[in-house]
Amino acid sequence: MTSELIKVNNLEVAFSGRTLFKNLTFAIDQGEFLTVIGENGIGKTTLIRVLLNKLRPTTGTVFRSKNIKVGYVPQFRNIDVEYPLSIRDFIALSFTGIKLPFLSGRERKAVERVIKLTGLTKIADHPLGLSSGGEKQKAYLASALVNEPNLLILDESTASLDPNTKIELLDMISKINREEHVSVLFVTHDLSLIDQYPDHFLWIKKDGYVKGTMAELPSEVKENHHV
Amino acid sequence: MFSLDFMRNAYVAGTLIAIVSATIGVFVIARNMSFMTHTLSEIGFAGASFAIFMGWMPLVGMLTFTTISSIMVGQLSSKVESRREAVISAISGLFIGLGILFLSLANKNASYATNILFGSVIGISHQDVILMAWLSAAVLVIVMFIYRNLKADSFDPVGATINGVNPAIISIIFLVLLAMSVSVAAQIVGSLLIFILLTLPAAAAKYFAHTVSHMIVLAAGFALFGVWLGLYLGYVTNWPVTFFISTIETAIYGCALIFNSVRTRG
Repeated sequence: MTSELIKVNNLEVAFSGRTLFKNLTFAIDQGEFLTVIGENGIGKTTLIRVLLNKLRPTTGTVFRSKNIKVGYVPQFRNIDVEYPLSIRDFIALSFTGIKLPFLSGRERKAVERVIKLTGLTKIADHPLGLSSGGEKQKAYLASALVNEPNLLILDESTASLDPNTKIELLDMISKINREEHVSVLFVTHDLSLIDQYPDHFLWIKKDGYVKGTMAELPSEVKENHHV
Repeated sequence: MFSLDFMRNAYVAGTLIAIVSATIGVFVIARNMSFMTHTLSEIGFAGASFAIFMGWMPLVGMLTFTTISSIMVGQLSSKVESRREAVISAISGLFIGLGILFLSLANKNASYATNILFGSVIGISHQDVILMAWLSAAVLVIVMFIYRNLKADSFDPVGATINGVNPAIISIIFLVLLAMSVSVAAQIVGSLLIFILLTLPAAAAKYFAHTVSHMIVLAAGFALFGVWLGLYLGYVTNWPVTFFISTIETAIYGCALIFNSVRTRG
């Protein structure tokens, strides 16, 4: 039996005289790998904000399961070359709240677990600012995983990576999806190399949307690797 | 040297200043707030001259002015990031003007102004030291209390909001902490050179340490080294302590930059 983590019904979001999405309806099931595709500016990041409860929909409803725990990898982060924290300390920043300043034993174990899971063990003490683009994305992924989410939302995580690193990261996300039973919502405007990973797609267009299994992906998208 | 009352006071005060400045400084650097720190020191000058005019302790006037103005800056600029620098400049200009006015109304001689602006070792009384100790303790306790959220909001603001941190609340609390630290640090290095202790040790530490706690410890080490050695050299040569502290801290920062450029090239 599949259980829904998020169910979106007839969603519409309007701001500054512009309406995004028309009667958008879809669900993310436990353990599912869903990719959301659509051209730049179509409202993919806005959709994420609605799912994260940071933005109220104009019409429609968003149902969130009681036991949902979201890990989110945003599209932009200000990490420059002089950023001083090590990858390990960066990941530990995810443990927020008014608590003792030092990490508990359980929290330290969780950090080590995601470092191993994302293959960052060897470089865990290196400054994040001096890491490569792929290493940074893995660190962001680890930081989103450290609180043990059951839904991982990734916003254009592979956008700036070279093809090999892209595959490496996608393999990792797919493995986490299968072995850790974490549902994945992967947002992208570029389908090259990605189409073999997800179970389902949701294609947001100007005049509506299309959804289905990856086998049902329209050939125009498949061939161009682009929407 | 330690048989003299004022030197003992200066060393205790200097130690407190170094520890508080280094701790807050690590977050000042991470939040790119060096300019704000500089402005708060100018506002501190106005507060101190207002206190002299009113017959209060300078530290009390500084604390009042820096706290109120830091909250004003937070309120006026939190919504629009690009407005921040202009707001800071406006507030800073207003307060320097007020400082000059109060100093002239207070009818004190120029050495008062010099002491406020450039710091004074002899001016620190036992009473000042006790007040500074309370303030320093308050700053450190608040930092401990909000440490995780402050750390997340300073070093990864995007991630912090994802993990439930309210950036507006952290920002206001931090501005008040910064105002308190500026007021404490001004006692020795003077209001014009506060950023020597609030930014340089932390800016240097980030090239050597790669966790927030190590950065705080290392920055405190750099600050303590500069303050202790500066006070000693000031005592021996009779030259201004502020000169020695600023030279030592700048030298440490210079070494850190050289270390970093060698490391990144190699």
